Amino acid sequence: MSVKNSDTAVVLRRGAFSTISAGISALRLDGPSLVALVTLVVIAVFAFVVPPFLGDVNSMGADSFAPPGLTYLMGTDDLGRDVFSRFAYGARMSLSVGVLAALTSCIIGVTLGAIAGYMKGAVDIVLMRIAELFQVIPRFFLALLVIALFGTNVVFIIMTIGLLGWPEVARITRGEFLSLREREYVLAARSGGQSTRAIIFSEILPNAMPPLIVAMTMQVSSAILLEAGLSFLGLGDASNPSWGLMLNEAQQFLTRAWWMAVFPGLGILVTVAALNVFGDHLTDVLNPRLRGGAR
Amino acid sequence: MSADIVNSASPAGEKRGLAGRLRTLRYIGLKILSAIPMLIGVITVNFLLVHIAPGDPISILVGETAPTEEQVAALYAKLGLDQPLYVQYWEYLVSVFKGDLGYSYVMQADVVDLIAARIPATVLLMLSSLLVFTVLGVGLAVLVARKPRSVFDRAGSILAVIGYSVPAFWLAQIALVVFALNLRWFPTSGMTSSRHVYEGFAYAGDVLLHLFLPACVLGMRYLAINFRYARASMRDALSQDYITTARAKGLSERRVMFHAFRNGVLPIITVFGLNVTDILAGAVLTEIVFGWPGLGRLMYDAMYARDYPLLMGMFVFVSIGIIITNLVVDIVYSIFDPRVGLK
Repeated sequence: MSVKNSDTAVVLRRGAFSTISAGISALRLDGPSLVALVTLVVIAVFAFVVPPFLGDVNSMGADSFAPPGLTYLMGTDDLGRDVFSRFAYGARMSLSVGVLAALTSCIIGVTLGAIAGYMKGAVDIVLMRIAELFQVIPRFFLALLVIALFGTNVVFIIMTIGLLGWPEVARITRGEFLSLREREYVLAARSGGQSTRAIIFSEILPNAMPPLIVAMTMQVSSAILLEAGLSFLGLGDASNPSWGLMLNEAQQFLTRAWWMAVFPGLGILVTVAALNVFGDHLTDVLNPRLRGGAR
Repeated sequence: MSADIVNSASPAGEKRGLAGRLRTLRYIGLKILSAIPMLIGVITVNFLLVHIAPGDPISILVGETAPTEEQVAALYAKLGLDQPLYVQYWEYLVSVFKGDLGYSYVMQADVVDLIAARIPATVLLMLSSLLVFTVLGVGLAVLVARKPRSVFDRAGSILAVIGYSVPAFWLAQIALVVFALNLRWFPTSGMTSSRHVYEGFAYAGDVLLHLFLPACVLGMRYLAINFRYARASMRDALSQDYITTARAKGLSERRVMFHAFRNGVLPIITVFGLNVTDILAGAVLTEIVFGWPGLGRLMYDAMYARDYPLLMGMFVFVSIGIIITNLVVDIVYSIFDPRVGLK
């Protein structure tokens, strides 16, 4: 474990290119994780490259409820809108919300977790009690209440989901900081007169990265699921289709148009499954302590 | 956290002395005490939301209904809006602890009564699904634990990933289309048939028929979660020294598995506590798809009617439910595992 972490520290100090190649070889990809990674890359490329070629996502065609076929790959919906276009835009929306919300929770979680783990004492106790409270509060219900009260705007949805995910990240960061702050190199930096900020950001944080990367992956997948659930309830941004919103629209036409429900749901399933498989693999590679554990 | 304790120490089932019992009691007492700040925290979050949200509290709570002058005056007096904020907060805290979750102007009823009416349906759905699929998940995991990397193990793991990643409400929609709308094996919605009024066993059968699809959809997640955890902890238990000892003593493979099972399955109790939030959210969404008359449906209607008192009451209610569930899980765990509370 200690050998592993110092390896990573060395890697992180090299140039960008060698970091990436070293990163890829350090991933030790096997069958399932390779499939998961490729799937994720394909979905991401699809989500961000395809939509601009598709024209207006809300333009209505003459055919409503056209089944999937050569003209309409995924059929059309009740208003004659092309489900494939909406699927592609939905991918972009779902992924963006997932990644940005996860980033938000990571920034908050890492900052608070680092403070708690480095300062210890009263600050630590107070911060961790707050984290505990936010872990017990049902995320889905709080998000629902907040968005219902404050409005369904994309930025707001991202912030809400992001704000609700930080405790898990904070706990992991805190744990890493608690153990890393006692290491010799931190002691050396401290006796060398480095500032607390420098110690936190350039000595400890790089070595705490492996478990944080895993946590980030899991945050993205749970944010995507949370966004889908909220949009399914109609608490999404109606002007930007997301996969969850499409499932909401599909609900009342389940009898007539199964394709309205099947494709967006598959999109969520495949993306979240790939993230989970890849995250599990990262746990095995980066976090050998947890190997054999279920999470 | 508790899983670590189990994995690192000796097998469970050692005899407990008086000191051990006292330790467990002390642990339970501490857990109950630490739940109280949580409750206050949840209520505080709810209180703050009403005051931070755009618009004044009265119009938020009243929503789009047109209340009478007396109702507004009564609400104004009850919230104590002319009093300082800390007095309002205290009044609110006290009223929630007394079991008053507010009044729904849309439904013209007390929030507590509205929620109470829906609890049985949700509990029926969640418990039946939980029981059946926990047993299935753990059972499958025990079956494959002896042969890691076999075909069944891999198939189980793939299914678990799907069950873990699939949005419950989508699975519900697909199940509805396939089994209810096309194959017509199951009714499409509700908890009982509206055309016939059954009694006795026929009534129970009718409810079971309606329950089957939503329970299965919801259960996929339990199945996946339990399989993942039980598989990992069984494999961990099987690699422990006492298993090697048991094998060396010449115990039959069945006895060996039973040995591992006792210790390997204990962490499963905590799994429920850890995942109860997600599971409840899944239940709510599943209920909406199947028109199951539980809390989910109530929440959905409340949301569309902009019935904020009901939404907020449900949030507090669900949070309290989760805090209590976690408390019970911790207590049950400490009773089964003598080492909890040692540190």
